[in-house]
Amino acid sequence: MAESPVAMQFDDAAQQRQAADLGMWVFLATEVLFFGGLIAGYLVYRVLYPDTFGAASQHLDKILGGVNTVVLLTSSLTMALADQAAEHGQPRRLRLHLGLTGILGLVFMGIKFYEWHKEWVEKLVPLRTEPFIFTEHHPEHAEMFFNLYFTMTGLHALHLLIGIGIIAVLLVWSWRSKAHLSAQIRTTGLYWHFVDVVWVFLYPILYLIK
Amino acid sequence: MAETITHRSLVLTYFALMVLLAITVGSSYLNLGVFNILLNVGIAVAKTVLIMAFFMHLKASGALVRIFAAVGFFWLMLLLVLSLSDYLTRG
Repeated sequence: MAESPVAMQFDDAAQQRQAADLGMWVFLATEVLFFGGLIAGYLVYRVLYPDTFGAASQHLDKILGGVNTVVLLTSSLTMALADQAAEHGQPRRLRLHLGLTGILGLVFMGIKFYEWHKEWVEKLVPLRTEPFIFTEHHPEHAEMFFNLYFTMTGLHALHLLIGIGIIAVLLVWSWRSKAHLSAQIRTTGLYWHFVDVVWVFLYPILYLIK
Repeated sequence: MAETITHRSLVLTYFALMVLLAITVGSSYLNLGVFNILLNVGIAVAKTVLIMAFFMHLKASGALVRIFAAVGFFWLMLLLVLSLSDYLTRG
């Protein structure tokens, strides 16, 4: 089993791994509260304006959202397999699964851009310079729905793009050197799976609940 | 601590996630009233537990890492429960 070399401040590889996991989870706790604040705000508005928010959510494409959920969950599986390959010191298998993870991330972004484009064409993007057209219920409440929708999915997509960038860097490192990347892959995996968890909540609350 | 997640359990986790996703999407075509919301949120929590336990290694991690992983969600619970207990009970 190929382990990363143990730095002098650690007793053994297990302790070093635990320290890396702890650090990443501290960062992810801040991320939970970052997205959690937006979700809390969204839920409060949903309670205040249930009818308009329900009607506005019908304008989203839940099939495309569902396909994107499948894409992202699959990318988490390939990320977990890449992690396992790195731990077992199998560079070819690592690069295969890392590459698949990045490609699935790009597929998600492609579908997401297509959805955003559709909403742009339907005049559902609340911008000062553009007319916002919503004929049912209260358009001003629907504007709040779409503000929150674009903010939450936009920030999620930004996180995913950062993840794809990190994966691209790791792929280059894995090509160029024989260095053990298992610690880097494991930590990147934690980030990638977290971005997946965020989508697991965004999909039902934005697309599915009427 | 030394225990690691097997290849088999990663693949099984993936299939469990797909089944849960199918149930969530399917339930959105039924009108179950308040149970639509409970079911959707319940399934999202179940998926998160699966992802964190297997993909994010928590099943094979020690108590310290698990506590670090739980605190963010604990604080988020305070935020959600206290905020919604106000808005949901207004006349």
